[in-house]
Amino acid sequence: MKLQLSDEDAAFREEMHTFFTTQIPQDVRDTVAARRELSKEQIVASVQAMNAAGIAVPNWPVEWGGKDWTPLQRHIWHEEMQLANVPPPLPFNASMVGPVIAAFGSQEIKERFLPKTANLDIWWSQGFSEPDAGSDLASLRTTAVRDGDDYLVNGQKTWTTLGQYGDWIFTLVRTDPSVKKQAGISFLLIDMSSPGVTVRPIELIDGGHEVNEVWFENVRVPAENLVGEENKGWDYAKFLLGNERVGVAPVGSTKRTLSQAKEFARTAGPGGTSLLEDPLVAAQIADLENEILALELTALRVVANSADGKPHPASSVLKLRGTELQQAVTELFVDLAGPLALASGAGDGSDVPDLARVATPNYLNFRKASIYGGSNEVQRQIIAGTILGLRG
Amino acid sequence: MDFQLDSEQEALRDAVRGLLSKAYDTSETRREVTKQDPGWGDKTWQQLAEMGVLGLPFAEEDGGMGAGPAEVSIVAEEIGRVIAPEPFVEAVVLAGGLVAAAGTPEQRAEILGSLAEGGLVPAFAHTEPASRYELTATGVTASGSGDSWTLNGVKEPVLGGARADLLIVSAAVDGGTGLFLVKPDAEGLTRTGYTTFDGGRAAHVGFANTPATPLGEPGADQSAVIAATVARAQIAYGHESLGAMETALRTTTEYLKTRKQFGVPLMTFQALTFRAADMYVSLELARSTVTWATLVLLDGGDATEAASRAKLQVSKAGRHIGQEAIQLHGGIGMTAEYSVGHYTSRLTAIDHALGDGRHHLNRLVSTLGDHGVVEPLP
Repeated sequence: MKLQLSDEDAAFREEMHTFFTTQIPQDVRDTVAARRELSKEQIVASVQAMNAAGIAVPNWPVEWGGKDWTPLQRHIWHEEMQLANVPPPLPFNASMVGPVIAAFGSQEIKERFLPKTANLDIWWSQGFSEPDAGSDLASLRTTAVRDGDDYLVNGQKTWTTLGQYGDWIFTLVRTDPSVKKQAGISFLLIDMSSPGVTVRPIELIDGGHEVNEVWFENVRVPAENLVGEENKGWDYAKFLLGNERVGVAPVGSTKRTLSQAKEFARTAGPGGTSLLEDPLVAAQIADLENEILALELTALRVVANSADGKPHPASSVLKLRGTELQQAVTELFVDLAGPLALASGAGDGSDVPDLARVATPNYLNFRKASIYGGSNEVQRQIIAGTILGLRG
Repeated sequence: MDFQLDSEQEALRDAVRGLLSKAYDTSETRREVTKQDPGWGDKTWQQLAEMGVLGLPFAEEDGGMGAGPAEVSIVAEEIGRVIAPEPFVEAVVLAGGLVAAAGTPEQRAEILGSLAEGGLVPAFAHTEPASRYELTATGVTASGSGDSWTLNGVKEPVLGGARADLLIVSAAVDGGTGLFLVKPDAEGLTRTGYTTFDGGRAAHVGFANTPATPLGEPGADQSAVIAATVARAQIAYGHESLGAMETALRTTTEYLKTRKQFGVPLMTFQALTFRAADMYVSLELARSTVTWATLVLLDGGDATEAASRAKLQVSKAGRHIGQEAIQLHGGIGMTAEYSVGHYTSRLTAIDHALGDGRHHLNRLVSTLGDHGVVEPLP
């Protein structure tokens, strides 16, 4: 048992800190610090700065640009990035389709897609959820029917995050309707500029346009765009959802946001007084700090013990508790803003601080966190079933 | 950062677990033991002494084993796992720890050597009826000089105070709080023992011009020693709670698997299994913080803030797990015959020893403005 990082890991941490605080465009970091939405160009610029340094996709195989880092080093990479107000690499590229192609794709598909995926020259969208297939993803109904050298794809995907920027979409499609639902699914890559693909925005409760519906109407997709084997898509999807243990809990960004909230509170009282003198506010912040510490330490325990490749049982705790705390901090910000939280639409000429204006849209937006990536009820189901052996 | 035990530490854990699971094979055995004074098993205490557990954290020249906070944490967790009533944290970590930190070489060798052999069980008499969780003494005062001092006032509740072979008493001195040794047969000492709700023992201890020997430097303010030693005991209590919470959760999940109602096992009902999942979340988060606090101790820095962080997390987790363990069992969880309620009871006792969650949250609030983020690494 030992508290300190090894000299090697401490040096690595310093290296990451220096990189993220000096090599990522300042306007990107300022936008994240202001809790404002990043543009497509900003996200691309940030990823390309990381990729130029060879650290955009450390979780990939080394031959495709990955790093031979320990789980702890990947954790440090991810934490230092968040603490420096740097957005993590686009998850659809870096954590989802990239690892699937690297693990299951043909050499040709790997060469065709992986370098451009790492560099965000291709912006990937995720085509998994459907109107009738949310947590029960295997019920999906979008079909791909073989027609000569092509598949004909019909159906509808939804909740496609940032699909308005998408060049390509990786989809789960039903290729065999006659078998058990998990056994008839394939993993297909579709060019979003293909005829018959329509992207429609879904406006969310925060007023933003973050997610979309994607419609496929007789979309012709070359069969060579199939990843791996036909009807094995469910295995690849499980791999995709299960292989990312580092970074499932947004510890660094939650920690940083809480610190920002605390700073905001220093002058948010009547007449510019400090709300930290309010015992209820102070107790809530101190308690949140302690809860986030417990989460961070749990994340460290998980990465320290996942070297054998199997997920540590506590990893489900990270998603569940991580999103709860992320939401708790967004809620705190609204409370600290108080009546100023109403000024969400204020523009030039307003006296309301920017952090107060964005407080409520962020709070509303982050209600998503406990729903996506396996809702927190799904996480409880996993904990009860897999860890505690409680199987109904 | 490394949370793993080495092979020697695993061997210690297995040995202590073997001993205690034999001594407390059922909840009924524990009940029998706690019914009779002193509320714990003399034989088990002797066995722990033979294993070296009672001298674990003390220097070898003082008769101890020269082990550290990691080994202490292992033993405390095993104590909690079966809620063994032996006062390991109270007598060894806390009372013994004060002697180790403040005593003269002669005092250390005499007291710690005898404690390690199982011959002498000390108790820390600190809490006063009006002191809540303060670490200073006001209700008991010391007067005198050199080696000749007397104490006046009342300490209560003093855990293990009636049975103790030696009392280590905190008392107000000029400029702070001093520590004094009081023998059981000292003049003017009165001890009235009683049981506590968790099967333990406590006492009203009165001092009326009672002769006392200073622990360490006569008349010195020992506040810093008290704070540092109490932090060690708080962290050890955290580990004891982890053991107890783990057993409470395991007992509860076993019950959900086997107990049938409406013709099906209780685990058929998601309303129950989701609550068990939340208990697991509480346990793992508490485990992370408490283990980290032990790492902070091992690192040698000031552990008082880490101890508060651990105590706060354990207070919340212990209440959550303890309450849910009873609720998920239903009526059987309310009975003295069944084990799980005793775990809730013990967790409640530990919560209110050396500061509950609210007290420690208050301490954390007092330093809230000193940092931007809480960094687990030094």
